[in-house]
Amino acid sequence: MLTIGGHTFNSRLFLGTGKFSSSAVMKQAIEASGTEMVTVALRRVDLDNPEDDIMSALNRDKCVFLPNTSGARNAEEAIRLAHLARAASGSSWLKLEVTPDPRTLLPDPIETLKATEELVRAGFIVLPYMNADPILALRLQDVGAAAVMPLGSPIGTNQGILTAFQIEIIINQARVPVVVDAGIGAPSHAALAMEMGADAVLVNTAISVAGDPVAMARAFAQAVEAGRTAFVAGMGCRSKQAQASSPLEGVLATDLGFLA
Amino acid sequence: MTVNRLRFFFSTNHCIMHIHLNGSPKTINDSMTVAMLLQELGVPSTSVVVELNKTIIQPECYAATSLQDNDQMELIRFVGGG
Repeated sequence: MLTIGGHTFNSRLFLGTGKFSSSAVMKQAIEASGTEMVTVALRRVDLDNPEDDIMSALNRDKCVFLPNTSGARNAEEAIRLAHLARAASGSSWLKLEVTPDPRTLLPDPIETLKATEELVRAGFIVLPYMNADPILALRLQDVGAAAVMPLGSPIGTNQGILTAFQIEIIINQARVPVVVDAGIGAPSHAALAMEMGADAVLVNTAISVAGDPVAMARAFAQAVEAGRTAFVAGMGCRSKQAQASSPLEGVLATDLGFLA
Repeated sequence: MTVNRLRFFFSTNHCIMHIHLNGSPKTINDSMTVAMLLQELGVPSTSVVVELNKTIIQPECYAATSLQDNDQMELIRFVGGG
């Protein structure tokens, strides 16, 4: 079973709650996914809709709340958001996101490392969103990250695991759980990440904007399960040359000279 | 004498204040507390975090925290996000 920050998770599928068409659909998708960790963002209250509250639609008994620091462009802004998140959630879980460029939404490695260090000191359970950089993953775990979250491809692109080579190195080196985050656009992408040995995946857009988000949540749950089972079972080696599946001895064709 | 006149001027004319709420200017009554403002806005105090001049105000302090002229106040809550 997967343990992060002292908490044990049965499901290795983490779900983002952005971009769902309604709270009701989100709620059903969360249930269908079987997830035990959902991410949320912090924003200014819409004073025209003062009662609009996502927390009322989420069951905190079943799911760990993982507030993110989306919108932060540097460590200082992320740290400010982290403290607001802790005040709002009453817990120390944090998905650290520092994305200075709104066009790519790629994470700033230096600011992310700085913020991780400071937030760990302040008692947060920090899961930093990071580029798939194996050296950075080591640095983040060294300063106390509870897990690392390398990206498969940029947020919301549905491009899948474009960083497979680096993610494999990260997985092989990591002493903390590796959660592949961002860009996972199809259940097959999630399965691939799990087959590679990722500890979990975080999916949002691919589920929330699907034609049927509830069915898609179920599909992702199955893919994550299948990928994990395959990894544990032990995958065969890749080869550039064909390796016969059937025995080469006693081939009738040879004995009977059909191919002579 | 001049000082007293000034004091009188401010105490009688200073019955409204200007604050910044979520980045926009807002006029509120003098001696308004955080709790009163939340009530006026119709924001349930249990679902938000209040940040006043970059300091988080704990819910149990809403009623005792008076707003001052030029305060920068942020009302934050969770929304859907990845």
